[in-house]
Amino acid sequence: MTIQQISVFIENKPGSLVKVLEVLKQAGIQIIASTIADTVDAGIYRIICSEPVRAYQVLHDAGFSAMLTDVLALVLDNEVGRAADALRILTESGINIAYLYSFMLSGKGILILRANDADRAREVIMQNNLTFVAEKDLSGWV
Amino acid sequence: MYLHPEFETLSRSEIEKLQLERLQATVKHCMNSPLYKKRFEENHLSPDDIKSLDDLRRIPFTTKQDLRDTYPFGIASVPLEKCVRLHSSSGTTGNPTVILHTQKDLNEWANAVARCLYMVGLRPNDVFQNSSGYGMFTGGLGFQYGAERLGMLTVPAAAGNTKRQIKFITDFGTTALHAIPSYAARLYEVMCELGVDPRRDTKLKTLIIGAEPHSEEQRRRIEEMLGVKAYNSFGMSEMCGPGVAFECQCQNGLHIWEDYYIVEIVDPDTLEPVPDGEVGELVLTTINREAMPLLRYRTRDLTRVLPGDCPCGRQHKRLDRMKGRSDDMIILKGVNIFPIQIETILMQFKELATDYLITLATADSNDEMTVDVELSGFCTDDYGRLQALKREITRQLKDEILVTPNVNLVPKGSLPKSEGKAVRVKDLRKPF
Repeated sequence: MTIQQISVFIENKPGSLVKVLEVLKQAGIQIIASTIADTVDAGIYRIICSEPVRAYQVLHDAGFSAMLTDVLALVLDNEVGRAADALRILTESGINIAYLYSFMLSGKGILILRANDADRAREVIMQNNLTFVAEKDLSGWV
Repeated sequence: MYLHPEFETLSRSEIEKLQLERLQATVKHCMNSPLYKKRFEENHLSPDDIKSLDDLRRIPFTTKQDLRDTYPFGIASVPLEKCVRLHSSSGTTGNPTVILHTQKDLNEWANAVARCLYMVGLRPNDVFQNSSGYGMFTGGLGFQYGAERLGMLTVPAAAGNTKRQIKFITDFGTTALHAIPSYAARLYEVMCELGVDPRRDTKLKTLIIGAEPHSEEQRRRIEEMLGVKAYNSFGMSEMCGPGVAFECQCQNGLHIWEDYYIVEIVDPDTLEPVPDGEVGELVLTTINREAMPLLRYRTRDLTRVLPGDCPCGRQHKRLDRMKGRSDDMIILKGVNIFPIQIETILMQFKELATDYLITLATADSNDEMTVDVELSGFCTDDYGRLQALKREITRQLKDEILVTPNVNLVPKGSLPKSEGKAVRVKDLRKPF
């Protein structure tokens, strides 16, 4: 139900992103999705990729402050309103979302999210038969 | 326990008796110095007027400006042909300063450094690696001669080339290292990169740190990183170099060798003496030097004499770690701030690494301080936690220095690294 995301601490400075991406490129790691918000000085660059554990290792060895985080990944039909439906279920169960981003893959919408209470979020997803992505599914995407 | 028991075990009254004898001899000898001869005449003072240690206060101060004004040889008390060495400071503002040494001076200097090294437990079977710059910087030759005098195998590794330093440490079985604190932290970083565990792969046990103001927290961190005991060393080129004052194994204050120096602590504004325990400017008189004695030299270093006895038994006074130099002091919005105050706060955060940079700049005709500090291995996926950390650092700094700095957390390794003294303060403010 959860997949591993890499979070890298980077400065808001020209070239910071490129340095991270070059390290992953050298290691032959493919990025599936990534996101960063605009911040004043420094921020967290979050990445879903092939081989997250190895990606973490190469970034760490290259001197980056990085960490692996478990995030929830829901699969949604490519139809109007599916994200709203999924989030309403979570919200009505009292789950707060720290951050969320989404992308399309093989005709499906993938919703990556981090909840304040991950265990409770898992329960709700199971009870409501929401479709999710597991770590092992990731390798099939690249 | 003592390398020179005849000096190290003197009682206070014996120290003062020796000091008076040496002061009187020094003052007489100084009449060979063009500067001091003139100065005594102008003040209607004669060497015979110095009858007690209190009479020292009748002698005018010597300043760094005096050294510059008499550049290069105008303070010397011996003819140049009796001198065998000179050291010179970098003259970033005006003339550099020059200190001359006779053979006897070099000999006494080496003795002082050897005494310090013996005091922290080093013995002839130790291997001493010196990562100071050699050449004009006195930390190089000063420690070299002192460590050789003690009888240690001494490796003049000099500054820089960090990988080679680490190779020497492992290959030669270095047990004692002299490095400036920021470089000791750098060595550890590179050891980690190379997969060298200082506890497992080296014989390091003693670190001598000095030349750069650093906080107690910084010292404890470096000790933890390298698995060593780190001892604080204080010296300055005007007083030969290293060997002026040094911590004993109690690590609580630096014993200043009072058979070499007379210590005064004065209020930097009024120039009146302050009582023991109060911070002021360190003023030193050399009483064991031949080529170029200095009388009541204003060091610009701020410290205090620690009251009370040291458990090590030595009665030589203890100086507190330097609070910084009066000319390092930052004045921001009318507030006096020492970089060491900022460092002390930063080092209390486990999330932070040891490197930081203080930048002063003018924005909209308002002077501001920015503190860039590197994160240690710490990373979080929670942006809110980063902001909370930043707020907490800002709050604690404001409590300490009374102005609110901008704090930037930056990735490890992103601040410029220097192999010499670390650059901790950049002043980009526009003058009025």
